[in-house]
Parts: sequence; C-alpha cells; structure tokens
Amino acid sequence: MSLSSCGSSSICSLSSGILVANDPSSKLSKRRFTPSISQPGWKQRRDSSDNNRGVSKVFGYYGLKSPPYKLDALEPYMSQRTLEVHWGLHHRGYVEALNKQLEKNDSLYGCTMDELIKVLYNNGNPFPEFNDAAQVWNHDFFWESMQPGGGDMPTLGLLQQIEKDFGSFTNFKEKFTEAALTLFGSGWVWLVLKREAKCLAIIKTSNSINPLVWNDIPITSLDMWEHAYYLDYRNDKAKYVNTFMNHLVSWNAAAVRMVRAQAFVNLGEPKIPVA
Amino acid sequence: MVAIAVAGITTPLTFPLFPGFRRSSRSSQLRMSQKAGHGVITGKFELRPPPYPLDALEPHMSRSTFEYHWGKHHRAYVDNLNKQIAGTELTGKTLEDVIVATYNSGNLLPPFNNAAQVWNHDFFWESMKPGGGGKPSGEILDLINRDFGSFEEFAKEFKTAAATQFGSGWAWLVYKDKDKKLAVVQSPNAVNPLVLDQVPLLTVDVWEHAYYLDYQNRRPDYISIFMENLVSWDSVSSRLESAKAGAA
Repeated sequence: MSLSSCGSSSICSLSSGILVANDPSSKLSKRRFTPSISQPGWKQRRDSSDNNRGVSKVFGYYGLKSPPYKLDALEPYMSQRTLEVHWGLHHRGYVEALNKQLEKNDSLYGCTMDELIKVLYNNGNPFPEFNDAAQVWNHDFFWESMQPGGGDMPTLGLLQQIEKDFGSFTNFKEKFTEAALTLFGSGWVWLVLKREAKCLAIIKTSNSINPLVWNDIPITSLDMWEHAYYLDYRNDKAKYVNTFMNHLVSWNAAAVRMVRAQAFVNLGEPKIPVA
Repeated sequence: MVAIAVAGITTPLTFPLFPGFRRSSRSSQLRMSQKAGHGVITGKFELRPPPYPLDALEPHMSRSTFEYHWGKHHRAYVDNLNKQIAGTELTGKTLEDVIVATYNSGNLLPPFNNAAQVWNHDFFWESMKPGGGGKPSGEILDLINRDFGSFEEFAKEFKTAAATQFGSGWAWLVYKDKDKKLAVVQSPNAVNPLVLDQVPLLTVDVWEHAYYLDYQNRRPDYISIFMENLVSWDSVSSRLESAKAGAA
C-alpha cells in the first residue's frame, strides 16, 4: 500500500481534522503505530519542542461531519427522528469515542481517515480503535450515498459498467437486495470497484469492516445495523432495503466516486467512435 | 400421539400441557409437535410465549418491544428454522442437538443462526421476570462472591461484557462445569455458551432490536435497568441447581 494512493483516495476521507493543543506532558516517545516505510505525507505534527504552554489537555481531533442535506430531507423514507438519533447520537458517539481513544496516543494525528483505518486494521488483527474509526468513516460515506429524490437508475459510464459486471441493472438490484437481506447480525452492504479484478462487485461486511481494508474502492453502501432502520421499519428489512434502492440511493454520488476510482483502476479503453 | 420421554429436572410449568407435548428443563427441552393422522412426524419447533404477559415488564421493557421482539423477530426465527430443517435429518432432534450439530465446530451450517436464536430468546424471556432484578440470595450469591469477589464486581463485569459486545450479540453468566466456576462471557450474533460446553445461567440480549424502541442507542442504560429491575434470580438459581446435579 503506497501512501500516494491513500492520500489521493481522500475522496473518501470525509472527516475533517481540527488540530488541537499540545500536551507537553504527553509521552511522545511511545509510538505504537510507527509507519514502517517513510511516508512523505505523514506529518508528525506533535513535537515536544512545540511551545503551547498553559494548555493542559488534548481534545478532539476528528470532527463530526453533517450529512449533505437537512435531517428531514429524506422524509418519508428515512425520518428526521432516525437521522437525529443515527447521526446525532450514534455517529457522534463514534467520533467522540475515537477522539477519546486517540488522546492516549497522538502519533496517529495527521492521518486522513482512510490511512487511519488501514493502519488500525493492522492486516486483520485490528487495534481497539479500529471499530470507532471505521464506523466514523462508514457513516460519513453512508450519508453521502443517499440524497433527497434518490433512487431511480445510474446513467452513462456507471450504468454501462453495472450492466457489464451484473448483466443488467435489475440483476444488480436483486443481488444487492439479497446481500442485504441475508446479512446476519450487524453490518453493511457495499458496491465496490475491485482494484485487482477491475470490476464492480457486491460485498457484505460485518460490524464495522469496510472495503478500504482490502484496498477496494467503495462506490455506494447501505447500513444494515438495526439502528439504521428500526425506528422507521422495525423488523421489516425488506421494506427498508427496497425503499433505499427506490428512493434514497444517490447515483450521482456513486457516479462521482466511480469517475475518481477510474483514475486508479484501468477499466479498459473507452470506445471512441472512429470518424 | 406418542409421548416424548425427556430427561432433566422440570422447571415450574407456567402454561397448559397438550397431549403429546411435554416440556422439560432448561438443559434438554424438547418442543416438538406431531401431526396426528398421517403417521408422519413433522418435528416442528414452536414459538413459546414468555412466562408473563407482554406488558408485564413495563416500563423497563415495553409491551411494544415484546410485540416486535417476541411477536416478529423470535417468531421469524422459529418459522425460518422449521423451513430450513424440513425434510432433513435435523427434524426429530432436540433444539440443543440441532444447535450443536449445526455449529459444526465453528464452521456454521445454515440452520445454526435460526436454531441458536430460537433457543437464545426462549432463554432470555425466562431470564427475566416482573419485579426482578436486584441482588440474589442463597447459593448463587455465595458462588458469585466466591468467583467474582463480590456481587458488585460481578455486576460490573456483566455490564461491561454487555456494553462492549460490538455489533449484535449476547452477554452471559455461565457455569463452567470443568472448573466448577462461574464466569461472564460475551458472544456475537447467535453464538451461545452451549457450543462452548458451558452451562448458561443468565443472559441479556444486546442486539439493537432488543432495546432500540425503549432506549435507542443508550445500551448502558438498558443494561443497568435490566440488572436492577428485570433479572430473574429464581431462574438463575434453578438452572444452577440442575447444572450442579449434572443434568444432561
């Protein structure tokens, strides 16, 4: 994994960092997460020679980003109450928990969310901070995967790629729905662009895992944790998933992500008509 | 109608017996009904109601929660399990046997999730009672003091296990037969201590559907209220008795 791809895939890095005061007493020598390769973008901002005297406490680094629409904008498909609880309590809770955990070891400050997640995933042996970090990212990505007046169909290149990799949009929709309904426990369903295989695929993940850890590029997602739909749909998962596909999913956002993904994954020569 | 022989100590029966349908203890529950008239054993599991009315645990666990949690979620697990095992050699087995067989040493077979969830929810309803909670007395308290130091220490450990089970799952007080000791364990999704060869004594469901209508994201509040107002120490004590008696 090279840092340059991390940095550029900050299309997905949606939480902004706010730099915080120095704690002169913090033991900067403990570096649990020392990067093993020299990474030009990896700035160690903290240095015991910084002089911020008089400030004794390190506080929040990552911020809670708002969804790109008002909390009632997705009514009646996803209620304002759900957004208030899901974003205002759950998502905010993950951000605060992450910041609290990072307080203890500041060598991670300066990471984008993407980098943070990959480091914390630790190749399948995740550190305790992973869950919170991943859930912050997952929820940022999820809000932006929806829009008021969503649903309908993708167009142009994304539609073509879907038809190429799934046969038809209808088949894709069926497969996506099936993945969502057969996911047991908490988790997420993703449409990803696989870097190696150079094709789109549907992936379901448990709890907080996301495709970044396998270096694939997420195009859209659906939160299947019960907290995402319980207030509006109770146990009726099928209705929630269908409503998402028909009224919420933002193919605009997916298209933008697809275009940027193609900067990293060569999907073949475009068909330019010969004059 | 064929009488089904069962082993184990009977717990207090709280609802009527039907001919050919016999309840037994926690450790070997057989809940199968048979369709008379065709000589065909259909081995279907049934949805058992909680041992109290659906509004009995208000305001700590609402009637609305029960209507969904028992009436929809638990019912769906039962229905789906029956569909999955129909026509297989799993029909005719006890629920515990189905669970262990489909756990398959960790390589879960499809019916496991439904089977385990049916069992887990039965066990959960029976882990609670109206006017429950608080501190137990008698032998269970002695063992808790012995194995955790104090009741407060146990409560802290149990609450932490329940609060830190990330995603969906359960927290349990178990009796480890091998060491003859109590312990607190947490498990993800549908996994339960039966597959770890431990004897479950108490559980709390921390799937979000268990507390979302009443507490939304406030899982720690839900767990505290469970400990203070809902735990049925009577059930725990009688399960401990049968565990020590070495019931199968």
